[in-house]
Amino acid sequence: MKRIYLDYAATTPTHPEVVAAMQPYFSEKFGNPSSLHAFGQEARSAVEQAREQVAKLINARPEEIVFTSSGTEANNFVLHGISFANKDKGNHIITSQIEHHAILEPCHFLEKQGFNATYLPVDKYGLVNPKDVEKALTDKTILVSIMHANNEIGTIQPIEEISEIIREKTYFHTDAVQTVGSIPVDVNKLGVDLLSLSGHKLYGPKGVGALYIKKGTRMESFIKGGGQERNRRASTENVPGIVGLGKAAELARKELNSRQKHLTELRDKLIKGVKNKIPEVVLNGHPELRLPKNVNLSVKYVEGESMLLNLDLEGVAASTGSACSSGSTEPSHVLKAIGLAPDLAQGSIRFSLGRLTTEDDINYVLDVFVKIVDKLRKMSPIYKGGA
Amino acid sequence: MPEGYSEKVMDHFRNPHNVGEMKDPDGIGHVGNPVCGDIMEMYIKVKDNVITDAKFKTFGCGAAIATSSMMTDLVKGKTLEEALKVSNRAVVEALEGLPPRKLHCSVLAEDALKGAINDYLLKTTGKGLPDWKPHEESEGH
Ligand SMILES: Cc1ncc(COP(=O)(O)O)c(C=O)c1O
Ligand code: FES
Repeated sequence: MKRIYLDYAATTPTHPEVVAAMQPYFSEKFGNPSSLHAFGQEARSAVEQAREQVAKLINARPEEIVFTSSGTEANNFVLHGISFANKDKGNHIITSQIEHHAILEPCHFLEKQGFNATYLPVDKYGLVNPKDVEKALTDKTILVSIMHANNEIGTIQPIEEISEIIREKTYFHTDAVQTVGSIPVDVNKLGVDLLSLSGHKLYGPKGVGALYIKKGTRMESFIKGGGQERNRRASTENVPGIVGLGKAAELARKELNSRQKHLTELRDKLIKGVKNKIPEVVLNGHPELRLPKNVNLSVKYVEGESMLLNLDLEGVAASTGSACSSGSTEPSHVLKAIGLAPDLAQGSIRFSLGRLTTEDDINYVLDVFVKIVDKLRKMSPIYKGGA
Repeated sequence: MPEGYSEKVMDHFRNPHNVGEMKDPDGIGHVGNPVCGDIMEMYIKVKDNVITDAKFKTFGCGAAIATSSMMTDLVKGKTLEEALKVSNRAVVEALEGLPPRKLHCSVLAEDALKGAINDYLLKTTGKGLPDWKPHEESEGH
């Protein structure tokens, strides 16, 4: 059977050139970068090269890049590191209601430790209003963390406008896990002090990420131990992973324009196709300020998990924010925050496209998706249309 | 993701039995899932106290579809008394198990059937099932 992967926002296949670049660092070049001998130095220079590659992709300086084990760790590092290093200045954190759990959970933890967090609402497109950031700022605010683009609905936030408001008043972090490698990301243009990224979302390996920390940022380390990463992050470096992330960053920089163009075209084709062929479908997220890879739709009268399973039976991999699929009693917090009606949240489905997606794939998906929705609507007690 | 659906569940999900509306049903059960907000309807035909036909419609997850399919299979040909003894657990067993967090969907199927029988009894005898009401709390989650 044909297998079509449309879940690139969950993870991406590691680029073959990335795998090839990593290979030697498992075997003949296995040294510990902290060792002074030739084995160690070989590994050290590979790590430093990767640091340059990552820095270049986001227009940072190499010494401002700290490698981590994931995007999740980078986010935890920010929340923990800024809060504990700056608690003499204040105890207030501003974030949004649609952040990834890797931001929200550390915030909930910090609230139990005496910090206060403000979770800004978003509009129906998932946008944070910069004015709300302005209103929420107090003289106790030590950190603002607003994601660059949302993983579920793909909405891209006005980070530059927000940073103008924040100026130098407090530290500003953005979780750019979904944007790095998908759209241009420039830390100076964005005006952020901290930025998280993750290898496996940009055709790099899983279990490696990085945090950009602007020079001069006062921050406590999160993982304590040896003196690696200039005392910012202890633990022997994941050399193959870091090399892979570096290579992935280099490839992303070279291919960024073509990836963006390719994905935007396919994305719009898929959205248009579904809307033309299936009545009563809504697009979740912003129509324009949107990741090129993201298509998030709510299909009325059907439930997301049953769509997802049917798609899987046809070889198509997608994702959903419905309550039934979440393992909790609630639909995704993002769909709730944009004020989506519960039945529409139940009918959400996310297709996320990537560099290997073809026009044929989109045609095939359109074809099977129409049939699946038709089948499920026919068995839906709330659908009074056709049948 | 729905980790751990059995082959049997997937069979019923892929090709649900007895799906669709029924013309002139003798009883209709309409229930909503208190956990995730999903909806199930079951329709029965009854002759000489025996369920001669059962059908369903479901707005819900894979487990909800599979359990309603199995429930309608199990109760066809049974007397009302026998059908009332078919619990959600029996449906789950017949499906070779459900992930724990999906057990509440099988409760929905049991409620929908009881609702249909209740409706039939109300219509024919003026008295519904003694102290029957749909589950408020789910067993899953
Ligand atoms: C926006 C966002 N932040 C953080 C993460 C976590 O990244 P990782 O899987 O590397 O821990 C993800 C990925 O799931 C994400 O989409
Ligand atoms: S019907 Fe919602 S979880 Fe099964």
